Amino acid sequence: MIEIIGLHKKLAGQPVLKGIDLTINKGETLTVIGRSGEGKSVLLKHIIGLFRPDSGRILIDGEDITSYKISELYRLRRRFGVLFQGSALFDSLTVGENIGLGLREHKIYPESEIRRIIGEKLARVDLKGMENKKPAELSGGMKKRVGLARAIAMSPEYILYDEPTTGLDPITADSINNLIIELKTEPEITSIAVTHDMASAYKISDRIAMLHDGKIIFTGAPDEIKNSNSQTVQQFIMGKARGPITNF
Amino acid sequence: MNLVPYLGHLVIRFTEHVGRLFILIGRLVISLPMVPQKARLITQQMLYMGVNSLPLVLFTSLFTGGVTAVQAAYQFRGIVPMTYLGGAVGKAVVIELGPVLTGLVIAGRVGASIAAELGTMKVTEQIDALETMAIDPVRYLVMPRFVSGIVMLPVLTIFSNFIAIVGGLAVSVWFLDLTTYSFLNSLKMFFELQDLLGGLLKSVAFGAIISIIGCYNGFNTSGGAEGVGKSTTRAVVVSSILILLADYGIASLVFG
Repeated sequence: MIEIIGLHKKLAGQPVLKGIDLTINKGETLTVIGRSGEGKSVLLKHIIGLFRPDSGRILIDGEDITSYKISELYRLRRRFGVLFQGSALFDSLTVGENIGLGLREHKIYPESEIRRIIGEKLARVDLKGMENKKPAELSGGMKKRVGLARAIAMSPEYILYDEPTTGLDPITADSINNLIIELKTEPEITSIAVTHDMASAYKISDRIAMLHDGKIIFTGAPDEIKNSNSQTVQQFIMGKARGPITNF
Repeated sequence: MNLVPYLGHLVIRFTEHVGRLFILIGRLVISLPMVPQKARLITQQMLYMGVNSLPLVLFTSLFTGGVTAVQAAYQFRGIVPMTYLGGAVGKAVVIELGPVLTGLVIAGRVGASIAAELGTMKVTEQIDALETMAIDPVRYLVMPRFVSGIVMLPVLTIFSNFIAIVGGLAVSVWFLDLTTYSFLNSLKMFFELQDLLGGLLKSVAFGAIISIIGCYNGFNTSGGAEGVGKSTTRAVVVSSILILLADYGIASLVFG
């Protein structure tokens, strides 16, 4: 379980997160929605210790990670997998090397087992036999799939998705959503996604939290958010230019 | 009117950079015991930094040696016998020109490339990806480049010294009416091991400067393609300045 308590963060002197309180239960998929620049990715990076909060606490299975030393953070991160917005594949490595990098660096398994895992994870994202391709040879959707295969390569307990469908056509985006849902078949995996793609949020989430003006202003199931009375929430999920968010 | 706050801001920025640079160096030092486990990455970097840079270094050195011979001959005329030309060229090349020009050439070729590569990795979140996979970017990216830099710069400098002297010899024999024997005899007469070692010590320092400054600027890149361009330029400028400062410092210590 992940508990975020009173999280504050300023970037370049500007407050971005102004007291985030959020709990993500074991085994659930929670999606954080909000406008671009609201700090969704900043929130995600706090969870994995890439950012240190100005104040507040982040508890992972009851342990406060905000005071962790770098070595403790590295130990913690082995339990996480992250799919980045732009996939963040290493250009100089092949698809197979990208997926196997963490396994090889941490020397978790012998080389033969690593090759087997790479093949298995690639098959899981429908890219069987693509081990020797370079990221530059792949389409945006394929890169996301490889990013996803890399994220699950070390069999993480937590998977973080940063804008998993941004920049993809609707059909490819839906196939990524399906993959995210398929990963949920393993009950112990807890997922946190940040997105402003409402179709994706409705499809993949057990719960949705809305980040606005540095705070979580709504948390609930997809059906609950659709029926929310908040005009701010409604403006965002309906994608309207006029409303309280834009001060029209 | 706004000069004081502006200067204050500059001092704060400079102090911040120095602090971050020393943190990077500290993390680099901690990662050095992992050298044997990163042999493959180090070898790749040595190939790129050393072997692939060789043609450029040799071309620069050949002409540097030739120019040194011409200018030394011009300064000797009527004052010093031309038979001492080999010694003058040798000393100038081994102590100063070989290491410094190799350092500056590699700062332009490799330092810029390190900053651009790591800067692109930074803005495309590849460095964050390494962090999230619990892979220390300093150990994975900086340490192999640093080790490669401090090993390959002296190797390149030795090649540079040799080719520059060959360039000086060729010009002396073909255009300055010297015999090969008198050039080499003078070179041998004035050769001191301390000169060579002092020059190589400089090149080790230059290798460290180029790799660390390149990596530091890459890691601190922000703002997309424009940011990568700025980091690359900054890496070359700062490396070049530090190479010249280190050159003076080491020269004062070893030869002063």
